[in-house]
Amino acid sequence: MDLRLAPQAVAMSSAEFLSWSGEVIDQLMRYSGAKKAVDKLTAPIWSWAIRNATVPLHFGIACCALEMAAASGPRFDAERLGMIYRSSPRQCEVLLVNGWVTAKLRPDLRRLYEQMAEPRWVVAMGECAISGGPWYDSHNTIQGVDTFIPVDVYIPGCPPRPEAMIDGFMKLHKKINKEMKGTFLND
Amino acid sequence: MERIGLAPGGKTGEVLAQDIAQRFPQGVAVAKSTNNRLYAKVDRSVLVSLCTYMRDALDFEHVTCVGGVDWLEQGKMQVVYHITSYANKVTAELVVDLPRDKPEVDSITFLWGGANWHERETWDMFGIVFVGHPKLERLLNPAGTEVFPFRKDFVTGRRV
Repeated sequence: MDLRLAPQAVAMSSAEFLSWSGEVIDQLMRYSGAKKAVDKLTAPIWSWAIRNATVPLHFGIACCALEMAAASGPRFDAERLGMIYRSSPRQCEVLLVNGWVTAKLRPDLRRLYEQMAEPRWVVAMGECAISGGPWYDSHNTIQGVDTFIPVDVYIPGCPPRPEAMIDGFMKLHKKINKEMKGTFLND
Repeated sequence: MERIGLAPGGKTGEVLAQDIAQRFPQGVAVAKSTNNRLYAKVDRSVLVSLCTYMRDALDFEHVTCVGGVDWLEQGKMQVVYHITSYANKVTAELVVDLPRDKPEVDSITFLWGGANWHERETWDMFGIVFVGHPKLERLLNPAGTEVFPFRKDFVTGRRV
């Protein structure tokens, strides 16, 4: 918008007004310290809420998915810790990779990760997802999920027991608690 | 020998083996036949006519499995067909020898549609060409793979 061309009237389109006002409010909150205060006040609340709703994507690849199923069964009942499986990546916080990732699966898994909304975490479960595992010299298996997706928590085991999986999610809870993201998820 | 559970009008493996040996004196060598099994080595030139006869006259309705074997030292490849008859309760195992430098065999997909993906996978892993197959493309490996991983001279190792 060039103001010299219309010196008498300051005319803005609605999109221009929205971006201008958003910038003003953002800077006002940043420099007055209100942003920091809001973050500090809301961070424990959001952290508590996210910790109690670490919803993993229901995406079972291999035999670790059986442990995932056992963990959500009545004996271990992972649902009491917020692990309710959803089938859409839009509704999920955690991408639980449980099994080998073939070269054919890699672009789709990457796409699922990118479809998930922030904040999001990735848990690599089992040897195959961590480092290729028994398929260390396979022609078609990706040697670890962290070669193409940033991974937060590794759960070792072949396959890990449901307790180990729940323990991995407790580690993830600690990480979420430590990051303490407030209403403004950036900085 | 009294056959337990034989369907009415069903034939045992021995009877079917005699029938096949009589019908195809050239190109089919029945190695062994038992009550509910039939093992035969088949020349690749008579495979399609044998399979057509088995489907139309001997009530073999179903291809259970098609697989490959790579014999590197002997310089040959094998395709193994498991063809099952529900009416006779007999599974026939047909083995076709192919030269390793030109592994080509006629497709039997037009007889049994169930052979489609089995043959496709065998080509995908061994590079055995099934002539006349409707869609001989990569199945388990991603498109664009240039190797045949199940061949014995394939060097394993990290590729991706």
